Amino acid sequence: MAMLSVNNLQVHYGMIQAIKDVSFDVNEGEVIALIGANGAGKTTILHTISGLLQPTRGNVMFEGKDITKIPAHKIVSLGMAHVPEGRRVFAQLSVLENLKLGAYTRKDKTEMEETLKMIYQRFPRLEERKNQVAGTLSGGEQQMLAMGRALMSHPKIILMDEPSMGLSPIFVEEVFKIIRDISAEGTTVLLVEQNAKKALTIADRAYVLETGNIILQGDAKKLMNDESVKKAYLGE
Amino acid sequence: MSSFFSYLINGISLGSIYAIIALGYTMVYGIAKMLNFAHGDVIMVGSYMAFLAMGSLGLPPVVAVLLAVVVCTILGITIEKIAYKPLRKAPSLAVLITAIGVSYFLQNTALLVFGANTKMFTSVIKLPPVILGDGGVNISGETQVAIVVCIIIMIVLTTFIKKTKAGQAMLAVSEDKGAAELMGVNVNGTISLTFAIGSALAAIAGVLLCSAYPTLSPYTGSMPGIKAFVAAVFGGIGSIPGAFIGGILLGIIENMSKAYISSQLSDAIVFTVLIIVLLVKPTGILGKKINEKV
Repeated sequence: MAMLSVNNLQVHYGMIQAIKDVSFDVNEGEVIALIGANGAGKTTILHTISGLLQPTRGNVMFEGKDITKIPAHKIVSLGMAHVPEGRRVFAQLSVLENLKLGAYTRKDKTEMEETLKMIYQRFPRLEERKNQVAGTLSGGEQQMLAMGRALMSHPKIILMDEPSMGLSPIFVEEVFKIIRDISAEGTTVLLVEQNAKKALTIADRAYVLETGNIILQGDAKKLMNDESVKKAYLGE
Repeated sequence: MSSFFSYLINGISLGSIYAIIALGYTMVYGIAKMLNFAHGDVIMVGSYMAFLAMGSLGLPPVVAVLLAVVVCTILGITIEKIAYKPLRKAPSLAVLITAIGVSYFLQNTALLVFGANTKMFTSVIKLPPVILGDGGVNISGETQVAIVVCIIIMIVLTTFIKKTKAGQAMLAVSEDKGAAELMGVNVNGTISLTFAIGSALAAIAGVLLCSAYPTLSPYTGSMPGIKAFVAAVFGGIGSIPGAFIGGILLGIIENMSKAYISSQLSDAIVFTVLIIVLLVKPTGILGKKINEKV
């Protein structure tokens, strides 16, 4: 059984249908990429999975449980974290306060401290700047913070929305390396990216989205060699 | 000189009451991004509760204040649930007009229930006045208590926001509701909590206000409510220390204008100062905006 399955999802913004009929599965331990152009509906799908948006039809199953109607703030404690597009760190709070908010749903303080230590190991920069206000970090550092913040909830699956957007090439490399590490440690990853080439390199499987529909799916390596994908998304 | 000192202390005391009310405005604005113009009328309800509890029920002042706090807390949460929550996604103008409607609703309900007659409020404070400088400066018990209560509230509230999970959740919601929700913060619950705190403070402010200026009518809350709103904007709306500084300054300016310029013009002077401050610094004294790097 898939860890996360999205079935016949339809989402509307008022009269406009953003997602027409989307179904896909994410198995435990996989890195799944959702790729597609601007406006294809990638962010909408992630928002619907994590409960920020309500679908008009279809459902979202997580570990066998229908989470479609569960409010976003309760989905977090089921083991799902979401790194939103544009990072959305709490700019006026310190780095440490941001990280602690990531662990908002956790009760055990010592376990939380352990996670914090691990996150500082992975992102030494965050420890150096733990008392700095998040709004003063660089874009790349804010992305690290957004990822660290999501990891603080100790998720089983992490949804990442355009983590490489607007970053310098060095940080882009860094971000993808971190995603690979997170996956290697056993966290399942659902990745939304416009940087299709990078996303396909680290993904196991991928789904290609076009104006609210999935038009292609399969093994990431195979998709990378698919002529239409190459032409439309890899710029070759 | 001693009269100047008296005016100053009384101004700070009045300002302390404004500050406590302004906290309710500023916190609700910071978190729900709305101006709750019914806030002033919650003060009035709180005062009536304390008045009835002491007068009709014969309860001791402390119990009366507690009762007023409990009633106002419930009232605040209820107003938010019934009137504002359904408008969470509505344009801000709709919410503003609803708030004005709630304000009139509370005033008219009070007219119906308590009547239009002005009641004489018995002060809850039994402290003797402090007399300084050979009797030149007389600081009443009400004046002392208002200042002390305001300082205590500021310390408790600042600590609550800085040190507790619920306080941090409030800051997160005030910055980005969606991102806060993704952290597992119950946004609706946090907004309710904010209204509860603001309304509890309004009850305390109401009792302090009516103890110092002992007349009570269904319109008692409306002018202090507007002044406190000015104080909140003055200090930088959304900022808690701003509400404190704005409130105190407003109280001092108002009292000094009454003493040295004209008591009829004092309100005009207060609002003129507000206009000048906003022209020079549109975000208020402590209002600031950190630009997020993208």
